[in-house]
Formats: sequence, structure tokens, C-alpha cells
Amino acid sequence: MDSFLSTNLSKFEQVVVAVAAFFAILMVVFYLAGKANGRKQRPVAILVLLGPAMVLLTAGLIVPAIQTILFSFKDANSVAFIGFQNYSWLIGNPDMRKVLINTLLWIVVTPFATTALGLFLAIMLDRMKRESVAKSLLFMPMAISFVGASVIWKFVYDYAVPSKPQTGLLSAIVRSLGFKPSNWILTQPLNTFLLMIIFIWVQTGFAMVILSAAIKAVPADIVEASALDGAHGWQLFKNITFPMVRSTTIVVFATMLVTSLKLFDIVRTMTGGNFGTSVISNEMYAEVFVRFDQGRGSALAVILFVFVMPILIYNIRNLRRERTNA
Amino acid sequence: MSISKIATANPGRKVLSTKVAGTVVWLITILWTIPTFGLFASSFRNKQDIFLSGWWHVFTNPHFTLSNYHAVLFGSSSSTLSNGVLPFLMNSIVITIPAVIFPVVVATMAAYCLAWVKFKGSDALFFFIFALQIVPIQMSLVPLLQLFTGGAHVGSITIIPKLGIAGHFAGIWLPHTMFALPLAIYLLHNFIASLPRDLMEAAHVDGANHFKIFRQIVLPLSVPAIAAFAIFQFLWVWNDLLVALTFASGTEEVAPINVKLASLVGQWGSGWETLTAGAFVTIAIPLIVFFSLQRFFVRGLLAGSVK
Repeated sequence: MDSFLSTNLSKFEQVVVAVAAFFAILMVVFYLAGKANGRKQRPVAILVLLGPAMVLLTAGLIVPAIQTILFSFKDANSVAFIGFQNYSWLIGNPDMRKVLINTLLWIVVTPFATTALGLFLAIMLDRMKRESVAKSLLFMPMAISFVGASVIWKFVYDYAVPSKPQTGLLSAIVRSLGFKPSNWILTQPLNTFLLMIIFIWVQTGFAMVILSAAIKAVPADIVEASALDGAHGWQLFKNITFPMVRSTTIVVFATMLVTSLKLFDIVRTMTGGNFGTSVISNEMYAEVFVRFDQGRGSALAVILFVFVMPILIYNIRNLRRERTNA
Repeated sequence: MSISKIATANPGRKVLSTKVAGTVVWLITILWTIPTFGLFASSFRNKQDIFLSGWWHVFTNPHFTLSNYHAVLFGSSSSTLSNGVLPFLMNSIVITIPAVIFPVVVATMAAYCLAWVKFKGSDALFFFIFALQIVPIQMSLVPLLQLFTGGAHVGSITIIPKLGIAGHFAGIWLPHTMFALPLAIYLLHNFIASLPRDLMEAAHVDGANHFKIFRQIVLPLSVPAIAAFAIFQFLWVWNDLLVALTFASGTEEVAPINVKLASLVGQWGSGWETLTAGAFVTIAIPLIVFFSLQRFFVRGLLAGSVK
């Protein structure tokens, strides 16, 4: 116990030292830079304020992204250029094709499911009384890591051989309905959809909270006026509410799309990518850190990049439009 | 909203729809909470009970124990957790605190500069930084790891010496800081750019330089936006698996608790009873933060998504 205490104290010491050093350096630099005057004042301020971020972004994102693109045209050890071989392997290999199909399934099913369910819940919440407790509970999985969520759902999907009692909730329900439970996580292609349910379970609360805020922001007098005109239920939603939350819905959908595209934790924790459930991100990790093939791993990362690009270009164009309108 | 007016327009229907909406929401809420509750209940059951009956039997046969938590926290000779998860929990805290503070400060500085120390191309630079969200973390992992272990060279010239921080906490703080910046700068810029112009100009007239304005005006006024992003970043770092797996080895020295939990899941069949308690220890802190600071958290998410 003594050594335990001392190791932990020394770990915590590192935090205190790092944070203190960080602020101390900042203070000194601010003090010195503050001495600059006259024409030097602005350039010094820009250098000091923006410099650290630019260095970190360059070293952490810009240069690595270019390097990864280069690596994707090189062999396993990033020595020799091998042209498009990594990419042709990606498309030609049946296992990889399965990975790409799985990723496509993820980005088709989960953004729709989370956004639709989130929107439905947001509308229902808007109509009910005392919504806050329900809202918190629905939102709660958002605070749980995908790993934690996977553990939670492992106990739902657990399966025991028929001679033993079923301790998994899903198996028990299926059995009580008179059917035979199967080994869910091993059953293809059902297992991929079971993993998607975990994602939907975590992310729906997020979609709901954002959309709920958007619905509450719809001016009350517009809703009232159309209600007096006799619009209600589906009509009111279709003609008044939805058009006003449309842009938020698209943002939520795009966020879900990107999150599901990069998804790694659930697949890694639940199946390790086995039983036909692997996705690009998991395969990329496996290529680089398990099979030690940097070329193929980088090619997979580049594929992710290409998939994300149109979504973010759309977002950037929106942002630009907003800026010019404002 | 003036509910009364709508109610007079169509009284019966409104009351009915309120009731229906409430029922539907509560049904889904219960459905949503059952999996978490199941794990929570399991974590207080002993090994035999977990293996022989589903957790719902706690209602008919309540029999609780704290042994799983004891094994998880302080270790037990029978499981794979000889030393318990406390070192990993500590690592998570040690990783998270600087990995939240560093990007928040660096991003606030950059956001202020881009919003108020305008220069030629500052708007274009802002769009470029926003656009960097396009780079998936996956693309940075390998080159960044090489930078940490080998340094950067052009030909035989060393530009950056090897940092030797791979496998140390600094080797995890740094990637988290880098990856957080595009979103952080974007969110904080939105907020800081909307601060009143008069305030900045008055400070300039009083002879304050940019650093003084940043410390004494921008920082204090930006606290709501900073808090919102900090909570978002806290949850992101605490719940992260990919960055931790790549930059921290799985050892007691640096690996966060989420990595440990993921490795426990990998060990099929054995130690399920510790898995239950381990999962709850892992998610307890983010849940506490979430429930106590929910308002800020929601505000942070909103700032990022609605606009």
C-alpha cells in the first residue's frame, strides 16, 4: 500500500508540475511580449497568441495527414513506393470488401436511426409535462464511454448453452416468448445490427437534446397562429415545425454520420472485429498495430478521410454562408 | 408558449396528446434505462448468482454483496486484476486534467487572436482551422507516434529531435491537445467574436495591450464557453479508447481505466463479476460530472451543433 501511495503521488506530481510549468511559461512569455511597443506590438501579439496553436496543429494534424497519404502508397515499413497496391488490396480482398460494406451499413443505418428517434423524442418531449427527468435519463448514455456501453450491452446479448439458464436479457426475453435464443454476437449479419443498437443507444440522447432545443426555439406565435388556423398533429409538424428545425436536423445527421464513420470502440470491445463485424477504423488499427503494415493501415485512414470530406465541405459552405449573411 | 389558447382551440385533443406523449416518452425512457440498471444490479451480485440467474432475479431473490467492488478496487488474487483498477483510475485523472487545461488555454488564445487581432488572412486561417476537423484522428496516429519515438528529419538534418515521450503521460496529453484544437478554436471563436466591440476599444484607449485585454477581459467573460468546452473535452478524453491505446501502453504506469476495462472485456467468460463493478467504477466519474454540470454540458453541445 505504501508503494501504491507513493507511485500515485508521483503521478499526481507530474500533473501539478506540467500544469504549473505551462502557466509559468505563458506568464513569462506574456510579460516579455507585453514589453514590445510601437509597430512591433501587433506582430508579437499574433505570434504569441496564435503561434502555439499553429505549431500544434501543424505537427499534430497537417503534417501527419500528408505523411499518411504518402504512407498509403508505400510498403508495410514505409520504405519503398508501391503505387496503388494498398488500395487495390483494399478493394480486391474479400475480407476488406466486407469491412467496407459493414462501414457503409453503419453510416446508412445509424445516422438515420439516431436522428429520427431523436427528433421523435424531441417532439414528444415538447408536448409532455415535467420532461426534465426523462430527458436526463435518455441523455445519460452520452456520458458513458463506448467501452462502458459495450460492457452494459454484453450483459444484454449474453448467451448460454440451452442446458444452462439464460442470464442475458435478450436471450431470456426470446426464450420466454417461446423461441430458441441463439449466440447473438456470433450470428452474422445480425451481430453488426446488434452493435449498431449500442451506438443508437448512446447517441440518440444527443440528437434529442439538440433537436429539442431547436424545437423550443420555434417562435410560439407561429405555432399558435397555425394551431388557431386548425393545423395540428402531423400537419403542424410537417408544415411548421419541421421546416424550422430542418437545418439543425441536418447538422445532427452530419455529426452522427461522421461519428459512425470513425467508430472504433464498440467493434473493438464487443468482437475485436471478428465474426464479420469489423469496420474501417478497427481494421486500420489492426493493420498498423497488430499486423504491422503501415501502408495498408494508412490506405484505410485515407479512405476514412475521403468519406468524411464531402460532409465537412458541406459544413464549411454552410458556415461561410452564415458569415456572409451575418 | 401560450398553451391555453391552443387548448381552447382544441381542448380535448391537446390533453390527450399531452398524455400520449408523456406515456410514450416514459416507456422509451424505461427501455433506455434497463440495460444500465441491469449492469448496476449485477455489480452487487456474487459470482454464482451472476452465472446462474439473470439480474432481474434481484427483485424476487434480493441478495447483495460488495465483493465485486472490493475485488475491482483493491485487487484479488483470483482474478486478472491483481492490483485492482485504482492505478488505472488514477492514470485517467492524471491524463484528463492537463488534456483539458492545455487545449482550452491554447484555443482561447488563438480564438481571441483570430477574432480581435485581425490581420490579413485571419478569416481564411479561421476557415482553414475549422476545416482541419476533416482530418480523422486515425490519419494522425502513425506519423505522430513516429514523431514521438524518432523525431522529425529531412534527409540527414534533424528538425525535431526525438521527444522520447511515447509511453509517458506527456505523450498522451499532447495528442489530445492537438486533436481538440480545431473544434475548440471554432467554438470559442464564435463566443469571443460576439463580445462587445466597445469593451475592447475602451480597453485599447486605456492603453491596455492585447495580453492584458486577453487576461482581464476576454478570459473572465468567456468562462461560460470555456466551461462548456471543458466539460465536452473532459468526457471525450475520459471516454477515449483509440488515442489511449495508441499512445499509452496497456500498463499500470500510464494506461487509463477505459483501456483496462476494454482489456477486461476481451477476457471471455472469466471475471464477469469484476467486469460489472469495473464498468461502474469507470463510468461513475463522467456520470457525476454529467449530472452535476448538465446545464453547461448541454450548452457546450448546443454551441457546437446549432448555428
